[in-house]
Amino acid sequence: MIEWLSEFGLKLLETCRDFLPIAATLIGFQVLVIRRPLSNPKKTLLGFILVLLGIVFFLEGLDMALFPLGKLMASQLTTPKFLGINETNQIIVWQAYFWVYVFAASIGFATALAEPSLLAVAIKAEQISGGTIDAWGLRIAVAIGLGFGLALGAFRIVSGAELYLFIVAGYLIATIQTLFAPKSIVGIAFDSGTVTTTMVTVPLVTALGTGLAQAIPGRNPLLDGFGMLAFASLFPIIAVLSYAQIAHILSRRSLSSKP
Amino acid sequence: MLKNPLIKPFLSSFLDLAPILAVVLIFQVFIIQQPVPDIARLIAGTLFVILGLTLFIQGLQLSLFPLGESMAYDFARKGSLFWLLAFAFCLGFGAAIAEPAIIALAKKAANIASAANIIEQTNTAKSNYALELRITIAFAVGVAILIGVLRIIRGWPAYYPIFCAYACIALMTPFAPANIIGIAYDSGCIATSTITVPLVTALGVGLATAIKGRNPITDGFGLVVFASLTPIIFVMAYGMFV
Repeated sequence: MIEWLSEFGLKLLETCRDFLPIAATLIGFQVLVIRRPLSNPKKTLLGFILVLLGIVFFLEGLDMALFPLGKLMASQLTTPKFLGINETNQIIVWQAYFWVYVFAASIGFATALAEPSLLAVAIKAEQISGGTIDAWGLRIAVAIGLGFGLALGAFRIVSGAELYLFIVAGYLIATIQTLFAPKSIVGIAFDSGTVTTTMVTVPLVTALGTGLAQAIPGRNPLLDGFGMLAFASLFPIIAVLSYAQIAHILSRRSLSSKP
Repeated sequence: MLKNPLIKPFLSSFLDLAPILAVVLIFQVFIIQQPVPDIARLIAGTLFVILGLTLFIQGLQLSLFPLGESMAYDFARKGSLFWLLAFAFCLGFGAAIAEPAIIALAKKAANIASAANIIEQTNTAKSNYALELRITIAFAVGVAILIGVLRIIRGWPAYYPIFCAYACIALMTPFAPANIIGIAYDSGCIATSTITVPLVTALGVGLATAIKGRNPITDGFGLVVFASLTPIIFVMAYGMFV
């Protein structure tokens, strides 16, 4: 118990240290530039304590439960034995990795829903849009995009295709979509796509990427293990833009069908 | 009971986490077909995650959102562009410089660079490289928030800077050294942390609300995504010149 408490305290201290530069910026500018007392300092302080405690509990819980299991699974799914890679047979058949893609897709879908930063952006979007943007709809669109992106990222590592081509193609799709999407969703779509890759997703995805790059003959874990995250932040954007586009078309159609 | 203000937030956190639990358990039991090790620890950890997420969301609504917005209002009323931009840069720089994920990435990148004989294979050379990379990323995030704030003030559409960044990345990638590309792309994704995102979002929305003629929905968002693109450009540039 005491050991656990000291570990917990250490984590709390670390989180506080990471937060220090931001706190210094906020306090410095509030005191020196704005020069106005906060309207509700007690509430603000309480909120900060809750945020820091929340992050520590969240990280500690992830370390205890999900990360060991998720990382273990990522490595088990990518062992040559499970994949059926024969030492002598160096030909890679990308279909052999079916469960890896399914795992990447489902872990992407599920982590997106658990991501605190995405929750923050979705809450804010729902608040200021007066409810026309639904937080759950937005998050599910992001989750589908993240699942698809990670499965494609896994496929890229297996097939050894150029990371660069996928990313540029993705950028092109997002660019074309932006030109036609309703203007009110563009900023939200890009922001919610980006924030999927923080506390929950990064460790699991990195484990999967490095595991895959190690297991597959001819891949360099140092070079090919990277780049999974780029997929993770690109495809949610495309998914949210599509979601907005579809919602827009549907609402227009229902309007025009009324006499 | 479900409407109880004390229980409801916990319940919604549980709903947020249910899918990830389901995925991990289903794969463990049906595909890998191995028993789940240490069930007690798993349950305790899950309860912690639920508690943490609940506290975080409550704290967010109490402090990070209102603080970001009230500072945005105060800066808008003060009318000093210089101080607002200075604040934006410091916020971005400060958020990224201490980010543990970036520190880890920089270390890994230094090892790769040293293995590829780009830098000397000594510990000082490695730690210098890692530190320079961290400062590069933090600088890039600071610049991103600064340009994003300037964009809201000037009323440029949200996608202008994003597309410019896309074009830069697409043009630079073929010329950047191969070993830096993956790192550069990944550095962009992890540059924005869980505390920064709500603050920056609230800052953008607050500014767009406070400045006349701006719409918080169309203009207020788009800061975070830009902060994830500039590090890619800056890190690739760093890789080209070192």
